Amino acid sequence: MKSFATRGAPHLPAPTSAQRVMLDVLLALLPGIAAHVWFFGPGILLQIVLAVSFALVCEAIMLKARGVSVSLFLSDLSAVVTAVLFVLCIPPLAPWWITLVGMLGAIVVAKQWFGGIGYNLFNPAMVGYAIVLLCFPREMSQWLSPLTSETVSLGTALDAVFRGILPQSWDTISSATPLDTVRTLSLKDLMMPEIRHNPLFGDFGGKGWEWIANAYALGGFYLLWRRVIRWQVPLGVLGSVILLSVPFWLSDPDRHPFPLAHVFSGGLMLAAFFIATDPVTGCSTPRGRLLFGAGVGVITLVIRRWGDYPDGVAFAVLLMNCCAPLLDRYTAPRVFGQGKRP
Amino acid sequence: MTLHRFHGGLKLAAHKSVSTASSCAACVLPTELVLPVNQHAGDAAECVVQVGQYVRRGELIARAVGERSAAVHASSSGTVIAIEMRATPQASAETALCVVIATDGRDETQTLTPIENWRDVSREILLERIAAAGIVGLGGAAFPSAMKLSVTRDTLILNGAECEPYISCDEVLMRERAAEVIAGTQLLAHICKAERVVLAVEDRMREAHAALAAAIQDAAIELICVPTIYPAGGERQLIRVITGHEVPSGGLPRDIGVICHNVATAVAAWRAVVHGEALTERIVTITGRGVKKPGNFRVRLGTPIAHLVEQAGGYTPQAARLVMGGPMMGVALPNDATPIMKATNCVLVLADKDVQPTAPELPCIRCGECAEACPAQLLPQTLLTQLRDGAFGAADQQGLFDCIECGACAFVCPSQIPLVDWYRFGKSELRLRQDQLARADLARARYHARNERLARNAAERVARVAARGEEPASQAATAPENAEPVTPQPANTSAMDKAAVLAAIARGKAKRQTPPT
Repeated sequence: MKSFATRGAPHLPAPTSAQRVMLDVLLALLPGIAAHVWFFGPGILLQIVLAVSFALVCEAIMLKARGVSVSLFLSDLSAVVTAVLFVLCIPPLAPWWITLVGMLGAIVVAKQWFGGIGYNLFNPAMVGYAIVLLCFPREMSQWLSPLTSETVSLGTALDAVFRGILPQSWDTISSATPLDTVRTLSLKDLMMPEIRHNPLFGDFGGKGWEWIANAYALGGFYLLWRRVIRWQVPLGVLGSVILLSVPFWLSDPDRHPFPLAHVFSGGLMLAAFFIATDPVTGCSTPRGRLLFGAGVGVITLVIRRWGDYPDGVAFAVLLMNCCAPLLDRYTAPRVFGQGKRP
Repeated sequence: MTLHRFHGGLKLAAHKSVSTASSCAACVLPTELVLPVNQHAGDAAECVVQVGQYVRRGELIARAVGERSAAVHASSSGTVIAIEMRATPQASAETALCVVIATDGRDETQTLTPIENWRDVSREILLERIAAAGIVGLGGAAFPSAMKLSVTRDTLILNGAECEPYISCDEVLMRERAAEVIAGTQLLAHICKAERVVLAVEDRMREAHAALAAAIQDAAIELICVPTIYPAGGERQLIRVITGHEVPSGGLPRDIGVICHNVATAVAAWRAVVHGEALTERIVTITGRGVKKPGNFRVRLGTPIAHLVEQAGGYTPQAARLVMGGPMMGVALPNDATPIMKATNCVLVLADKDVQPTAPELPCIRCGECAEACPAQLLPQTLLTQLRDGAFGAADQQGLFDCIECGACAFVCPSQIPLVDWYRFGKSELRLRQDQLARADLARARYHARNERLARNAAERVARVAARGEEPASQAATAPENAEPVTPQPANTSAMDKAAVLAAIARGKAKRQTPPT
């Protein structure tokens, strides 16, 4: 008689793992990061190294304090994904302590205090970003201009991040992203076509930014193809933004931006494919995902149009995170054989 | 003819070519056969043989008790050497009463009278025969077929969609004995008076399809290829694919006028009617990287798994898990001493590489892959949270009992959570609670009934006393438990009571003497 170890069915191991999912997300972010480096120099790479280090240290300390396996939960790569997403939202030459505060907020507060991977209610990267945006508005507005011919070297970036010495020429540092510009200039009663003559703008959105958005979309399609994300969230976000901005633009194209300009500006594309699609803090039913995405899109537009912040993606995501459990509850699919009589 | 879709499901690697490469061989008779008297979730059959008795193949060794029970027959000739509790592979009971037969190798056979002209015979007689031959569903649940066939239906579906990976016993049966499959189909259609008869195979079974198509002479049988999506062979999913209707939640296929039978069951029923053969043998797939020569065998019921493994060349050094059934829903066995039963379609020996988890278990990240895969359209991740939190009632409302335990959710879970284990746990917990609740309700009802009876007695006594114009005994009204009134009663009343008491005692005695039925 031969004895065997037993276990419940199924007896085939899953073809995928949470680590693999996170790795796919990181891979999908590569085109966006590359485009970022192309337009704004290697500052972002420095920030990624910083943020990932902070995130892993924070995560390790918290895991140790919570008494759970450090190696198991560090190797799932979720902290790395959070760190990279956070970096993609902040100015590449932001001082190092911005990143540290952001990671403390993201990993310690938003993630580990709520119970670690799978238990957080709010998107950690967006919590971290919201904290630094609210606390340090000046540092968070020092964006690089995509217009300068020479890109920022690594040395300049190191100086800026660690010693707070920003590049001398103020051509390089512009405090205005395209969305800021739209906002300030439209407050000055300039018409949209005039605003769009500003050299900051490209074909759809901001110069440089629109290409980064394209690269994000490319990564997003990779995630869709890998079935890491589902089509409902990106469609909800982008679809609602376009649907809602088209009537405004048609009624008065002088006062409202072209719908595609919304899509290709700010963090919308990143949010559509990488942030609102976070499974833990989003919806898990198909209809719920569509509504969640639409909510993010609508709130973003509302904040862009009427709010005090030029881009509201982070707040939109956090607000929709609050609604996700309720949306899931009311969009649960009909169970097979229930509520339908032949 | 348009096919319908069911939600979710998986495209799985079939792993069937290794076991279908050679034709089905007969498994050598083992020296000992172990036959459990109960081989399904219903009631146990009653043993009708004694230790030391000589039995022949096809001889009844346990008779069915009631409709939910199935007869068991000796699967070869020999002597009954023990009737005892033995380990069986059933998940519901680890040990069960088994009849153990030492075979004599002569394989003497006893058959029932063949009914060759079954088309002219009433369905009652045919149903009786199917029950007498111990025919049960050979697809997995082993439910007594006669009971399932006893209700007439509009549509009969013959299930040849063997959706789990590795299993190929039905495919081999259809390929090699297509004529018997068709004859069995006609028999079942005749019994349940079905107007529409569908024989469903998976679209990847080309040889089996060709063999069946060649064997069909009866235009009334529709031969249909269903897409190979796990679990298309599940009863509810197959009915949905073919008819477009859904079996109602908590209901049975009969509720929508459909009956679904496995192809092997049809063949067994046909052989029982036309050849008078009891169910003593079935085709079993033995496969996986853990055995040297995978294949399909005609195996006598009660054959120990170890014996079958020897027939398949023995274990390979990588053998790591022994599964009865398929890799998605099968039961992992602790050892190979347990016997092949009526519902055993596959013995799967997986190698260590097959069963190694991809990653350690992590918390649910709510990715929703499980919901995408669930053929019952449930939200497995929500059910998991509810069961972990002990919210069994909420899980019940979310459709926990609609879960068919196909394992699709657990298979796709990137966090490697054993979801099906959780659902089984939740279901058993809920059943336990319902049972406890029912018992508590019964006890409460009894308590209330007793109180009411005592109060009524007291009121009657008060009324009686009042009717005689005497002062009522205050104790009788306030203390209903006090059966004997404390105040002395007039002589005639006590005599009446005495007579009543004597009559009651006599009734009680009479009741005790009649034997319980």
